[in-house]
Amino acid sequence: MNPVVNSALNTTIDPGMAPVATPFFFYLLAGLAIAGGVFVITRRNSVHSALALIVTLLSVAGLYLMLYAPFVAATQIIVYAGGIMVLFLFVIMLVNIERVSKERRFNRIWPAGVSAACALMALFVFAFVKGKALFPDRLMTLRESSNTQEIATMLYGERGKMGQYTFGQYTFTFEIASLLLLVAILGAVIMTKKKM
Amino acid sequence: MLNFVMSYLGSTVTPGQAGNQFWALIYVLIIFAGVSVAVVAMNWIERKALAHFQIRLGPMRVGPHGLLQPIADALKLMLKEDIIPAEADQFVFWVAPLIGLLAAFAVYTVIPFGPSQAVSDMNIGILFMLGVSSLGALGIVVAGWASNSHYPLIGALRSTAQMVSYEVAMGLAVVSAVLMTSLNSTGTGTLSMIGIVQAQQQQGIWFIFKFFPLGLLAFVIFAIAMIAETNRAPFDMAEAESELTAGYHTEYSGLRWSLFMLAEYAAMIAVSSIAVTLWLGGWMRPFPNLLQAPAWQFTFSLFPGLTFLGLAAIAGFGTARMPAHSFFRIQRIGLGVFASLLGSIALLLLLIAVAGRSADTSIAARFSEGIDYVYWFVLKVAIFMYLFIWYRATWPRYRFDQLMRVGWKVLLPISLGVLIATAIVGVIIS
Repeated sequence: MNPVVNSALNTTIDPGMAPVATPFFFYLLAGLAIAGGVFVITRRNSVHSALALIVTLLSVAGLYLMLYAPFVAATQIIVYAGGIMVLFLFVIMLVNIERVSKERRFNRIWPAGVSAACALMALFVFAFVKGKALFPDRLMTLRESSNTQEIATMLYGERGKMGQYTFGQYTFTFEIASLLLLVAILGAVIMTKKKM
Repeated sequence: MLNFVMSYLGSTVTPGQAGNQFWALIYVLIIFAGVSVAVVAMNWIERKALAHFQIRLGPMRVGPHGLLQPIADALKLMLKEDIIPAEADQFVFWVAPLIGLLAAFAVYTVIPFGPSQAVSDMNIGILFMLGVSSLGALGIVVAGWASNSHYPLIGALRSTAQMVSYEVAMGLAVVSAVLMTSLNSTGTGTLSMIGIVQAQQQQGIWFIFKFFPLGLLAFVIFAIAMIAETNRAPFDMAEAESELTAGYHTEYSGLRWSLFMLAEYAAMIAVSSIAVTLWLGGWMRPFPNLLQAPAWQFTFSLFPGLTFLGLAAIAGFGTARMPAHSFFRIQRIGLGVFASLLGSIALLLLLIAVAGRSADTSIAARFSEGIDYVYWFVLKVAIFMYLFIWYRATWPRYRFDQLMRVGWKVLLPISLGVLIATAIVGVIIS
């Protein structure tokens, strides 16, 4: 793994050291993510799609690492690539693939899907072009720095800040999200239970 | 270039942190070779130990006491025909063992064999280990599906359900150990594997004994869940041979099958290392704070050499006991050579220990220290590996519904309770 990112939060680094998180890795990971995404929607076999989705999720985890967010990267791997995709495969394996592959691929609402994707793309391009001006100063006070330690502190605060935010300022949002999951679980229990 | 290589030698951090790619690569190669040798040795020990548990002899013919059996097996597997079933999904069938193997070996980047004897130290170390080792389930699932056959599919489904269920209890047990690392003056814990061991050093106690019996309970939950995670007996539902032939790798043969075996044993070593790091003090020798006098340190640094000396004595005893018949002459010579090899390793280690004592700050002292760390870590992991064999020989296989019941209705509530209790006790104490 890459030393600058790994130790970004808890060790001091010689500021003169060249970062290993070069544009090369960004293009590699971004390219893998996009290629995986394209394969997800073009493969006829849904297990192949799922495997491509795993590649995408892992590349995105790598991108998080490049953004000095190792915790988010690890969570991405554990929750999505490890947990959810295994369950996806579990379900897909029970589907009759031969029958599915003969069916029509896209349903009638594909224009809606394409336009939603284009809108999202436009939003990203807008954010990319406008850059910092889009965000209020309160949220984004990033200045140029070559010290990775400093960048990490600016982006994510001191060590332990993440937990303090999650269980302090944003407790309500956090609990609402878990309530949503609880509803989904209850729904699954009711649907699978034959008699109430 | 040479300066770059030499600059790391005085360093007290891992090569990953020091940004030294050369030594990182050397460490990766050493670990890869070491794990492969350990898997081969484990293969032999497992067959011998299982045989002796059942009052058999085990492999005896290939080499003295079957010592060369794993090598013969490896050769056989490499030469065997590698069959891909006609109806299988070729690409996925091909890639599945590689997924398992990659996931099993990737976690070794953060395993701390010593305070600087690791490829790298990440501040998300334990999360990285749990995440990447859970990717190993993908290899099994995909292998079962790609074989396009009933038994592998059922084995894969079982394995998925089992791994997903036991991951929950395992994660909660890990969290309660991580919680204990935050009991210091600043109140911030750590997820770094090296940091967790250093926290145990600072607090002067292995986490297994901390808040007795809370640490012990969390450790036991982890120890149960890790058997299920690695699909070993008595939770080897994924490859239950009496029900599913060989489970998810029924259709595999030759080299690909051996990759699955390699991945399974590498994953066993990896989860044992997590348990050792989190609860058993990682690389620390017994009583590092209490018996701090130089004489004690010297005594403990003799242990690696003495261990090899003991092994050499066992091999020498075996040589002496060989029947005097001329049939056994080559075997006798072979075992004698093996014994003298072990003996010379022992002498080398003892020499390093003595040299490390006389020279205080030199590279020899650091080298001897490093050997100590690695020795204690590997010894603790080796005990776990023996336990894996012992479990396999002792307990009958669980039924699948029993397995699920233990996972969800016993381990999960207990681990939640332990987590809450640890948090409460921690808050009260600090």
